[in-house]
Amino acid sequence: MAYSEKVMDHFENPRNVGTLDKSKNNVGTGLVGAPECGDVMRLQIEVNEDDGTIKDAKFKTFGCGSAIASSSLATEWLKGKSIDDALAIDNMDIVEELALPPVKIHCSVLAEDAIKSAISDYKEKNGLS
Amino acid sequence: MSKPIQIYLDYNSTTPCDPRVVDAMLPYFYDIPGNAASRSHPFGWQAEEAVDYGREQIANLLAVDSKEIIFTSGATESDNLALKGAFEMYARKGNHIITLTTEHKAVLDSCKKIEKMGGEVTYLDVEEDGLVDLAKLEAAIKPNTIMISIMWANNETGVIQPMKAIGDLCAKHGILFMTDATQAVGKIKTHPKELGIHLMAFTSHKMYGPKGVGALFVNRKNPRVKVTSQLDGGGHERGMRSGTLNVPGIVGFGKAAEIAMQEMEQDAARLRVLRDKLESAFKDQIEEVYVNGNVDHRMPHVTNISFKHVEGEGLMMTFNQNIAVSSGSACTSASLEPSYVLIALGLGDDLAVSSIRFSLGRFTTEEEIDKAIELISTGVNHMRDLSPIWEMYKEGVDLDAVVWTEH
Repeated sequence: MAYSEKVMDHFENPRNVGTLDKSKNNVGTGLVGAPECGDVMRLQIEVNEDDGTIKDAKFKTFGCGSAIASSSLATEWLKGKSIDDALAIDNMDIVEELALPPVKIHCSVLAEDAIKSAISDYKEKNGLS
Repeated sequence: MSKPIQIYLDYNSTTPCDPRVVDAMLPYFYDIPGNAASRSHPFGWQAEEAVDYGREQIANLLAVDSKEIIFTSGATESDNLALKGAFEMYARKGNHIITLTTEHKAVLDSCKKIEKMGGEVTYLDVEEDGLVDLAKLEAAIKPNTIMISIMWANNETGVIQPMKAIGDLCAKHGILFMTDATQAVGKIKTHPKELGIHLMAFTSHKMYGPKGVGALFVNRKNPRVKVTSQLDGGGHERGMRSGTLNVPGIVGFGKAAEIAMQEMEQDAARLRVLRDKLESAFKDQIEEVYVNGNVDHRMPHVTNISFKHVEGEGLMMTFNQNIAVSSGSACTSASLEPSYVLIALGLGDDLAVSSIRFSLGRFTTEEEIDKAIELISTGVNHMRDLSPIWEMYKEGVDLDAVVWTEH
């Protein structure tokens, strides 16, 4: 199966790989998936407490090329967004942008889960939920 | 623009044709176009002569009589014919077959069909090194057992089963011994008669011959074994396999067998050195590398390696423009399906999805192995830099204690 150019680009030059300090109050961490399923994503957001926008996002992913591309794309999209706008990111947006084939849709679902999980971690830490 | 480097390390999937094989085949597409079953003119006689010669070359490689070679379309058909054909032929003697969970799908799915046909099949687990436990095998034999079907060498791990001991066991209990020898024939010595094998399936395209032609060895004396034909038609191949013979394919298959007979030992010795070089380079240069399957009873050109905390398909993407290998995982559905062969060895799913099979062959060079070591090591490091699990492992997190969200 051939990957789309966009998947290859994110795979070869992943954006925002790394780790944020999860002990900080304005950092939310989402860890989703399981090693035995072949996909684990860790997505982190750092929120600007003045205006409530996401000022930084980082990821690390264990998985196939589509999983890595989905999470890399997610971090790109998250930066600068408000929490509410971030929550509105739908997995099908990722599918469309990366031209994922049907067998890889679960990678985009996992990325959406990772976003939601990071946001809920941030909200919990700050008593917003 | 120069052509990208392309290194083929997937010989267990299929081998390229040896140029000498192609040269031998060419006349039979045009100059000698006859049907080997045409008895009334020279075109047919020449084709029949070519088939007889090919059959002889293959029989020589196996040290069997040429009458014991039944041509088929490939190993999948040979497995089907051996299993279903023997099940039907020996229905009066019993209906129980024993096989292993690590067999090829051609065997496992034939056995599933046999169960639907009223048969009874025991799928025996292997030990952690991939080998069958002989005591457990003997304990599985019942009064209605007609056959044991165990592959000679495993396609994913290269692990070689104790064929002589299994043959002795079959002889002791008076049951048939069938083997899928697809990965072994032409690579190591495979003389079925010395080991008490009655049925042996193999194929041309795993030993530098063309695709689309295979064979089943059927023992003809002591005991005289027969299988019920699975294709109805002209009664070719001693009534066991109807269908016009693939003359150019058989010519190529025969030539491949002849070359294998002459060169197998030196190929194996050379490839063992290269395989060991590849394996030790990974073990020396990369942390958390595991070789899967028994390393002492193994094909010389195969290694199956897990690079822990890296997912196989993703890893392959880092180098698959340049290197062709197989992965133990197929991330193609909602949940990933790790290799059932590796799971049967007791590997955790996480190690199974991290595995890569390397299979070398006649045209593999040392330069290619050196390049593969370089590119794959870089790929593993890249993927580990991206892997949250690797980071957690390095931080000393107990990964077994983490509550993962299965999806």
